[in-house]
Amino acid sequence: MNKQEFLQRLRSGLTGLPQEDIEDRVSFYDELIDDKMEEGVSEEEAVRQIGPVDDVISQIISDTPLTKLVREKVKPKRSLQAWEIVLLILGAPIWLSLLIALISVILSVYIVLWSVIISLWTVMAVLAVSAVMCIVGTVVIAASGNGMTAIMALGTGMLCAGMAIFMFFGSLAATKGVIWLTKRFALWIKSLFVGKEGQHEQNS
Amino acid sequence: MDIQLKRGLLDVCVLAAIKDQDSYGYRIIKDMKPYIEISESTLYTILKRLEAAHMLTVRKAEHNGRLRKYYHITDEGLGRIEDFKQEWREVMSIYRFVTKEDEPDE
Repeated sequence: MNKQEFLQRLRSGLTGLPQEDIEDRVSFYDELIDDKMEEGVSEEEAVRQIGPVDDVISQIISDTPLTKLVREKVKPKRSLQAWEIVLLILGAPIWLSLLIALISVILSVYIVLWSVIISLWTVMAVLAVSAVMCIVGTVVIAASGNGMTAIMALGTGMLCAGMAIFMFFGSLAATKGVIWLTKRFALWIKSLFVGKEGQHEQNS
Repeated sequence: MDIQLKRGLLDVCVLAAIKDQDSYGYRIIKDMKPYIEISESTLYTILKRLEAAHMLTVRKAEHNGRLRKYYHITDEGLGRIEDFKQEWREVMSIYRFVTKEDEPDE
């Protein structure tokens, strides 16, 4: 891929971002590739060193706040006509409720994901507390001379402690997984606002 | 290296790369390379963040018939480097404490 191709693909992949942001990014990579070439690196190699253009695009998207993408998307390309404003206000019960529904769906995905994590940690905490209580209980029961019950309490305590330790590592892994999932989800939401679709709209 | 730790270090490294004289994107990456790897996209993000925090300023200058952006460190940027040095003096003393047992002849 030569420099022009790379910059062209970068530009079209970023459609949906504010225009000056796109130009700033493109000129940054333009300058870098020129500087590499000035040092004797071939054009193809200089572009290859930057990395796959799709990776560059997704990193830029994940670095851009969602609010900026939304603001750019809803910004009218020209000033609105009076009848359009009237329609917009009259249509508010429809588009506003759709918007609220969309935001609620996004929010509930986050809540569901994190509820799982909170439940896991809660179970772990309960197991840990039970383990401590059972072991303390063992001493108390043993002191009152009830041998068999004391052994049972000790066994239950050990079991709870063992499960708590297992749960700890399990919850930790699940938390990491959900953090990763949340990031992917955020990237996906953002990608709805960026990219070739936006370009198509602008051209038509 | 831990990602959070590296992220914190990269900001200061970029400032250090422009401390003695103004520099440009490609040279910043090249100067840092022996010490810490940084991708082009990451550098862009860091430069923007440092600019927003008034730790550096940007100017465009002509070079071989094209424009190149040069980054200049501000007093705030220099202050950030000094803070970093102070922080790491403390970290180094903790390091010495942690590794004390590894040195048999002490």
